Amino acid sequence: MKKMTLKDLSPGQKARVARINRTGAIGRRLVEMGFGPGCEVKVERYAPLGDPMEIKLKGTHISLRKIEAEMVEVEQEG
Amino acid sequence: MKKITIALAGNPNSGKTTIFNYLTGARQHVGNYPGVTVEKREGKRFYRDYEFTIIDLPGIYSLTAYSPDELVSRQVLLGEEIDVIVNIVDATNLERHFSLTVQLKELGLPLVIGLNMMDLAEAEGLKINFSLLSQLMGHPVLPVVGTKNQGIDQLLDAAISLKEGDFSFSERFIRYQNGVENQVENVKKLLPKSGVKKDRYGVKRQEAINRWTAVKLLENDPEIVNQMKKRPGSDALLSQLVKSRHAIREQFGEDPELLIVDSRYAFARGAVREGVVFPGEDRVSLTERIDNIVLNRVLSLPIFLLTMWLLFQMTFTLGQFPMEWLDQGISFLADTLNALLPDGLVKSLVVDGIIGGVGGVIIFLPNILLLFLGITFLEATGYMARAAFIMDKLMHKMGLHGKSFIPMVLGFGCSIPAIMATRTLENPRDRLITILVVPLMSCGARLPVYILLAGAFFSPGMAGNVIFSIYLVGILLAVLMAKAFRTWLFPGQSEPFVMELPVYRMPVWRSVLLQVWERALLYLKKAGTVILAASVLIWALFTFPMAEEGKDLDPAAQMEQSIAGHIGHGVEPVLKPLGFDWKTGVALLAGFAAKEVVVSTMGTLYSIEGGESTDPAEAEYQKNFAERVKEQSGFTPLTAYVLMLFILVYIPCLSTVAVVYRETNGWRWPLFLIFYTFTLAWVLSFLVYRAGLLLGLGG
Repeated sequence: MKKMTLKDLSPGQKARVARINRTGAIGRRLVEMGFGPGCEVKVERYAPLGDPMEIKLKGTHISLRKIEAEMVEVEQEG
Repeated sequence: MKKITIALAGNPNSGKTTIFNYLTGARQHVGNYPGVTVEKREGKRFYRDYEFTIIDLPGIYSLTAYSPDELVSRQVLLGEEIDVIVNIVDATNLERHFSLTVQLKELGLPLVIGLNMMDLAEAEGLKINFSLLSQLMGHPVLPVVGTKNQGIDQLLDAAISLKEGDFSFSERFIRYQNGVENQVENVKKLLPKSGVKKDRYGVKRQEAINRWTAVKLLENDPEIVNQMKKRPGSDALLSQLVKSRHAIREQFGEDPELLIVDSRYAFARGAVREGVVFPGEDRVSLTERIDNIVLNRVLSLPIFLLTMWLLFQMTFTLGQFPMEWLDQGISFLADTLNALLPDGLVKSLVVDGIIGGVGGVIIFLPNILLLFLGITFLEATGYMARAAFIMDKLMHKMGLHGKSFIPMVLGFGCSIPAIMATRTLENPRDRLITILVVPLMSCGARLPVYILLAGAFFSPGMAGNVIFSIYLVGILLAVLMAKAFRTWLFPGQSEPFVMELPVYRMPVWRSVLLQVWERALLYLKKAGTVILAASVLIWALFTFPMAEEGKDLDPAAQMEQSIAGHIGHGVEPVLKPLGFDWKTGVALLAGFAAKEVVVSTMGTLYSIEGGESTDPAEAEYQKNFAERVKEQSGFTPLTAYVLMLFILVYIPCLSTVAVVYRETNGWRWPLFLIFYTFTLAWVLSFLVYRAGLLLGLGG
């Protein structure tokens, strides 16, 4: 079964980061921006043209493209 | 006087630049790090009995080897010149900013941590226990409000006491999981013994650097791994590294790289959790309320376009007034000197060569000042990141970044400020591609040429459409070339767009103005000298050899027998397949100085008197022009159109080339720009001309 990623969430939805499935520059950058395992994320909105997306994470706002959101595996609660 | 060298480090959006500007005022120097396009900002400050040298590192999230900014920062921090690191962090965003702090800690240098934007943190209800945080981080943590100049001198006090005190390195590192620590030891043992640096902190500093190197090797840091590979006798180390990385992966089921990064982040998170009390509920901040409008699905695009329109208007429409004053001033100066100096070579050199050249440099200054005022303001408020967010999809399709949009739009006004605006792009590859395609956006200086040619060879009803089609071709070519450069010149994965949308802020004017001033100065110094030299060269090409004594040649004949005229004849075989003759060649050569000069050069070459009117925008002049050009060079509407296309694409004006030289820090890219635009112009013109002839449009 394909794991759920940040990209699969719609605006307003919350989830917890399970793991980052990529290494190298992008994987590191994601962890350094706070997408560490266990951290709560919320999709705020998509850009008017549909990409990138804005994520709220620990009170701050991060923008990332869908291809990068795909590297963040998440678990939804409840 | 005693000396202390400080490296100022921090994330983008940490408010570091404002603090640097307060610390050093105008006593700063901007240069480039050798070999890269990263800016080196350095300043002096005299405080107490010390002379501080402050090196402002680029804004970075991390100390990896993935971006030139980070690599450069790393080299500075690992070198021997730094006494103390001052790390500026955003107090409202501690976890993320501490993730860099933890990496700075690992370098083993004395560190002062300044929690900036304390006023905002307090307004948000954050309670920060500074002594506990200092204890947890192992280095002094101090409150700062950069925008109000509060707490900045205290950072220097702390740096002095660290420098003078007995700084100890032990117990300051973060410890990784035992399984990782064992591997760090295994790798460290095999590190080459040579290269032990003895600086003021002695052997202990080397111990810190060794540990750092071992951790970086386990993280598979490309730069450090390559360094080791190049050393003789590193086989044992490298094979141990493979084993160690494998062991960690086995034990933790996770890539060592991500494991180590996450441990650092966990350390930062732990420190924040203990040292900071957060207010209970999560309220909707002002920034969120603004973003609900500015990034709204329906409103965001109109708001963005309005902002762009305002920026464009401010730069070019408002900029036109000071530009005219400057132009008048320059003309006045030229007229005065014209009257004062005796006729001859000196007069010609001063009036046509030097004043023309200097004029060509300072005429852009109002544009540049206004543009940077706008851009710096947009960046300081936080809107620039939103602009990139809104436009990224479109630009990413072209192989560019959201932030490339602004330079591209500005390109319609003038390539020079547009290319300088690419500074907002952090990634050098995105930046280079944007620089290379910006000249394809048809700038304002090309318009008079189009107006003349379209007016002369097409009916009044058609002329507008013809010009519009040229602009469209420019945009299309920019899209295609950006895509091509991304594919062939800079292949590989595109850069991550993961970036912060910072909190909206009121900019500090002092800091904004200082940055604008700095830009203007750089332009004048670096680009100005190149523009001046090239203008004089072009003047010489059109002046020498002079007519023989006593023989008075008319201007057209003088131009023909000058070096420029010979060049025109020389390049005729290259231009012939496009339908152009040597006169066009001379005009195009003159257009290298500035594209609008093509009009006046053609005027001289074809000896167009224009009857009543000498204004190239007037119908009568255009009619006269069309007749002359048709009669002397055999131009048809097709040739005129091809010439417009050629002028759109071929070699950008020399001011643009000079700015590209300045911005890319070398001749490689400006030369490439000249080469590719010329080739593209030729091929495009050739295809259009030949296709036009086949379709019978040559009559």
